[in-house]
Amino acid sequence: MKRSRVPALITLLVLVFLHAPMIVLVVNSFNESRFGGEWEGFTLKWYERLWEADEVWESLQVTLKVAVSATLTSVLLGTLAALVLHRCRSWLQTAHQTLVTLPLALPDILMGMSLLALFVAIGMETGMTTLWIAHTTFCLSYVTMVVLARLQDFDFTLLDAARDLGASRWQATRRVLLPLLLPGMIAGGLLAFTLSIDDYVITFFVSGPGTTTLPLRVASMMKTSRSLPVINALSTLMIAGTFILGVISFRLQRRR
Amino acid sequence: MSSPRRQEIISTLPSLGWLIAFFALPCLISLTLAFRASDLRGGVGDGWTLETVKSLADPIYVPVLMRTVGISFITTMVCLMLSLPMAWHMARCSVNWRNALLLLIILPFLTNFIIRIFAWRSLLHPDGPLKHLLVWLNLISEDALLLNNIGAVMLVMIYTQLPFAILPLYAAAEKFDFHLMDAARDLGATGWSAFRKVFLPGVRQGIISASVIVFVSSLGQYVIPQFVGGTMDEMIGNKIVQRAFTDRNLPLASALSGALLIMVMIPVLMMTWRERRARA
Repeated sequence: MKRSRVPALITLLVLVFLHAPMIVLVVNSFNESRFGGEWEGFTLKWYERLWEADEVWESLQVTLKVAVSATLTSVLLGTLAALVLHRCRSWLQTAHQTLVTLPLALPDILMGMSLLALFVAIGMETGMTTLWIAHTTFCLSYVTMVVLARLQDFDFTLLDAARDLGASRWQATRRVLLPLLLPGMIAGGLLAFTLSIDDYVITFFVSGPGTTTLPLRVASMMKTSRSLPVINALSTLMIAGTFILGVISFRLQRRR
Repeated sequence: MSSPRRQEIISTLPSLGWLIAFFALPCLISLTLAFRASDLRGGVGDGWTLETVKSLADPIYVPVLMRTVGISFITTMVCLMLSLPMAWHMARCSVNWRNALLLLIILPFLTNFIIRIFAWRSLLHPDGPLKHLLVWLNLISEDALLLNNIGAVMLVMIYTQLPFAILPLYAAAEKFDFHLMDAARDLGATGWSAFRKVFLPGVRQGIISASVIVFVSSLGQYVIPQFVGGTMDEMIGNKIVQRAFTDRNLPLASALSGALLIMVMIPVLMMTWRERRARA
């Protein structure tokens, strides 16, 4: 029977649509021309400019500090939340579950706005601490969902077996529960790290002077045309980074 | 109190406490701010008032609210129309092809949000490659503008929301039994009518989730109109940011957030209600 070619064609066109802007960006980062309208020859000068742009490297530090601290906190809280949500059924867990899922359904701008209202109300200066709180809050829901999904095919009788065989509660947790939980915690952590580095909207609401993260820096550089090709270079490096991380985690997931 | 119960409460406390302090409480504070007046120094005035909420009916905000709904609706429709044939095609591919296609869809999606917007800004720039190409092809005139208009906003909205539509639709199409399509064709249906009358109802759940996800996350957008749109293309999110940061009017920003929250809750509640009814 003859199959229509239309779906395959649309798939191809959408893939071109999704990737073309990225490819143009990468190519233009090696282009002499400032606006990248035409190819004016190969150059690495935008990468040299990027290397000299101290404010970019400061922002990278801020971004990594926030991402690492928010990832650690949210993995810790999220794993505990997933465990208790999986094992217990009560009104308390119904409320818990609702509060975990609700942030996923709301647009980021609402979370940004309400956190700003909180920090203004309690008179807290925006800065590193507010960024850590905000990023942990939006990562927490994602981590909990990822770990919870992994727990679905987790055999809890293994813990009882360990206890029956004489393991203490601590030994059973460390030697049995933790190794089984680890893949879920790593997957959740990777997601939290990516989300934290990526976030622009919530960060915009709660960052203070001196805590400009990389996305905020890129946004402010977009306003001056002098630095546009430098963003091309920076973006190319960031795309390469995500590309490598993406392929690795995709491979890891498919192997299991 | 029994020991397992106490253990449950102790292990629930950290995450529940965190979410109450930094999610539920901030939402409540923000909602109550909408019923306060602002003072001229950028703070929050004393006493309660309905004036802030009433000012939402101002002729500045009504068109913005309408535009927000309109842009989100068109984005949802276009994303569905592009994603349905894609989901269909992917579900019929071999496993290796499927994985490759999934990776190709997710990768640009993992790229930093602000960089994706920047990429479009330079692509649509008056001296950018797309303008040169279209002028060379004689499709547009030399002085046509690709940036800072509603077309650019729609294009980038669709670009960023597409994966949100493709992934749930693909998940639904993967579970669809394609033998049903062969059966429909054997019984004399044309390809198009089999697609419309057998495939579409078969992936209905995927269509509903994809629409709600895309619509809701479009409603809250403000970065795209800010960077690729003009002043006439602003959405409610832009107004929230302007009130909160340009003139430090937190009560009005909160009232606008409340309006956005109501707009978001309508489709979400409709979906939950539908699911509950389907289960009963």
